[in-house]
Amino acid sequence: MSGYTPALMELIKKVEATRPARVEKARKGEHFPALTMEQRQEWLRQYHPDYKNDGRRAVEVGVNKGTVYPEEVSTLLESKSRLNTKCVDLSKADYETDLLVIGAGGAGTAAALAAQEQGLKVLISTKLRHGDSNTVMAEGGIQGADQEGDSPYFHYLDVIGGGHFSNQPGLVAALTNDAPLIIHWLESLGMMFDKKPDGRMLVRHGGGTSRKRMHSAGDMTGAEIMRVVRDEARNRANDIKVLEFTPAVELILDEKGSCAGAVLYNLETKEYYVVKAKSVLIATGGFGRLHIQGFPTTNHYGATADGVVMAYRAGVSLQDLDSTQYHPTGAIYPEQNVGLLITEKVRGLGAQLLNTEGEQFCFPLEPRDVESACVIRECMDIGKGILTPTGRHGVWLDSPMIDMIHGEGTVRKELPAKYIQFKRYDIDISKVPMLIYPTLHYQNGGILINEWSETTVKGLYSAGEVAGGVHGRNRLMGNSLLDVLVFGRRAGLKAAEYVKTAKLGSKLSLSHVEKFNKEIDKAGIDNGIESPLLLPDYAPEHVKARQIS
Amino acid sequence: MADDCKKAKTLATGDRTIPPPDAKMITIYIMGREYQVPETLTIMKAIEYAGYSYTRGCGCRGGICGACGTFYRFLGDYRLRSGLACQTVAEENMVIMQLPFFPANRPGYDLEQMTGDAHEELRRLYPEVFKCVGCGTCTRTCPMDIDVMDYIALMKRGDLKGAAHKSFDCVMCGLCASRCPAQISQFNAAMFVRRIYGKNGLPVAGHLAKRVEEVKAGKYESMLKEVSSMNPEDVKKLYVEREREPDMAEAGKWMPKDTSKL
Repeated sequence: MSGYTPALMELIKKVEATRPARVEKARKGEHFPALTMEQRQEWLRQYHPDYKNDGRRAVEVGVNKGTVYPEEVSTLLESKSRLNTKCVDLSKADYETDLLVIGAGGAGTAAALAAQEQGLKVLISTKLRHGDSNTVMAEGGIQGADQEGDSPYFHYLDVIGGGHFSNQPGLVAALTNDAPLIIHWLESLGMMFDKKPDGRMLVRHGGGTSRKRMHSAGDMTGAEIMRVVRDEARNRANDIKVLEFTPAVELILDEKGSCAGAVLYNLETKEYYVVKAKSVLIATGGFGRLHIQGFPTTNHYGATADGVVMAYRAGVSLQDLDSTQYHPTGAIYPEQNVGLLITEKVRGLGAQLLNTEGEQFCFPLEPRDVESACVIRECMDIGKGILTPTGRHGVWLDSPMIDMIHGEGTVRKELPAKYIQFKRYDIDISKVPMLIYPTLHYQNGGILINEWSETTVKGLYSAGEVAGGVHGRNRLMGNSLLDVLVFGRRAGLKAAEYVKTAKLGSKLSLSHVEKFNKEIDKAGIDNGIESPLLLPDYAPEHVKARQIS
Repeated sequence: MADDCKKAKTLATGDRTIPPPDAKMITIYIMGREYQVPETLTIMKAIEYAGYSYTRGCGCRGGICGACGTFYRFLGDYRLRSGLACQTVAEENMVIMQLPFFPANRPGYDLEQMTGDAHEELRRLYPEVFKCVGCGTCTRTCPMDIDVMDYIALMKRGDLKGAAHKSFDCVMCGLCASRCPAQISQFNAAMFVRRIYGKNGLPVAGHLAKRVEEVKAGKYESMLKEVSSMNPEDVKKLYVEREREPDMAEAGKWMPKDTSKL
């Protein structure tokens, strides 16, 4: 096992020393006690990055003026459009469509399929490839109450309790009610769910669940969902057209203020296109690549909050965007894997979190924000974290327990992707534990929607990570894959209904963008940033200094 | 430097590589052009360190999306190697070329209409699969260590279940197809096989179909309406008092004490 340094191998001996007794207890169903509701709040207040005041400030423009967001979010919302609106000829449309879907991840693709089934022509605009999204990266599973001892009612309680009762109740009801429909839909599309020989879904617990309702497809559930729905969209290419490497950069409104399309930008030819659309869905995903508070992120390359920016300029309200999910288990070793998501399924299968002494310090399946606070506390306050050779702090995630509890070979079978990702660096996670620390994972808040994915602008819908309210201030595992599909599908259905009667105004306009730019000037802000950002900027300083043109 | 030479402020910079001052530098060749980069970076981060900004060839940065398939050789070594740029560590004298896109055959199909022999459907859609010459280049090329040639052999034989499971880890990067002398688009054929096996080969979840009927009949609407209009303190109480299904309980067998909300 050359992947760990001798010093770390020495520490692993402490983990191995306590393991037999821990496994014995786990077999009997004995757990490290969970925190009380009061302790949860206390731990969050003291240790969770969301609850700290530094690195956060009020945004000075727009509908949510005065609301405190992370510095990076406020700065982005106060930035000017990258589009020179004066030069856009809105009298000619390069594309016309019933529904324009902005973003080609899980939510956008589900919406396209649902709308197409209702007879709509759909145009999908995406800045990378079809399927490049956080959906593809979700590993652990998708929740849905389909077992006899479970129901949407209990799923509802888990979601809203996990969100500390800050979720929008109507959205939670829609999410949990539709969950079995979504699982069934995926099954009918030929998704390879993990099942028993008689067809029964294999289900597990996730953090904060009262029932085992986590469905999976190995440890690449999101990738399997994405490739299945994308494949289906490709089968319907006559009605669903996808423009890759062509993100939207501004929404277009008509004279009544209804959404009427968007301006797209071809990243390769640098051309702008005008799309006239009877309805528009923003499904652009989250903001992980803003690296809120300097955290590494599990998010894909394009997660730069473009949809939030465009919608905000069009006057759409935001909610809970000050709330960020730090996934408790991001890899911190080896350096090549830093930020990499270690699925919650690892803990669902029984792996425990341990400090440098090899001792447990928390219940392994607390809601994610609480679990993250527990890890931060153990490292920063108690001082029993493990220090890596590159100066990172973390704790052990004791994956070898899984084989001991469920039988030899379980790790390789249930966690194939993780197994490979560590094996590359000579770490066999079925034999030695992983080192983890919280990593920036999910945008909890976003665009304000109702239970049919409608925003406050007519004809404009939003679904998936870019929208807020479903998960409140904390999301449970297995509810994001569900969220993107439930609200994506609902957006597609609602848009189909709307399109049948909607009459687009005759005058398309970008004046809301000009107005917003003026408001920024009036507030005396000049931060030099143009947005949507579209892509991160990872060229190092010595290169930036020479890029002088 | 003059003040007006300073670059504008930028956001989204958190993955920039900041090497330690004593970092050992290595020489790599990006599409033949020589660059010095710190050692231990992945190919992706090394290319960014050299100053490239990705549009194509970069996706999840976590080894699952298949955007960053890469071929490379070492100077003085005839062997052609492959990997994902986000998962492979850059090494001294590596000559690198990414393959962000490769044209592949993908005939459309209607899964709902495919109730007959799946093997025949495969033969109809992807006749080239049956022309595999068994050279094994695909298997040697796969960055996910999938035995591609073996799943193609299973497909030829009609063992679609085997092929579906064997190809399951595929990230559809396309490197196999780029090297195939029989011109097979293995990853697209495998996608089709997994779907038709998932739909017609895997047993259907009976409990799920039953629950779907209940949802469609509106069984849970009133329950959800009631709990979503309760005052938060009462919901909190329900949340705290809810029963937790034991970890080792067998799915479908366990029942809560209170069955009124099922």
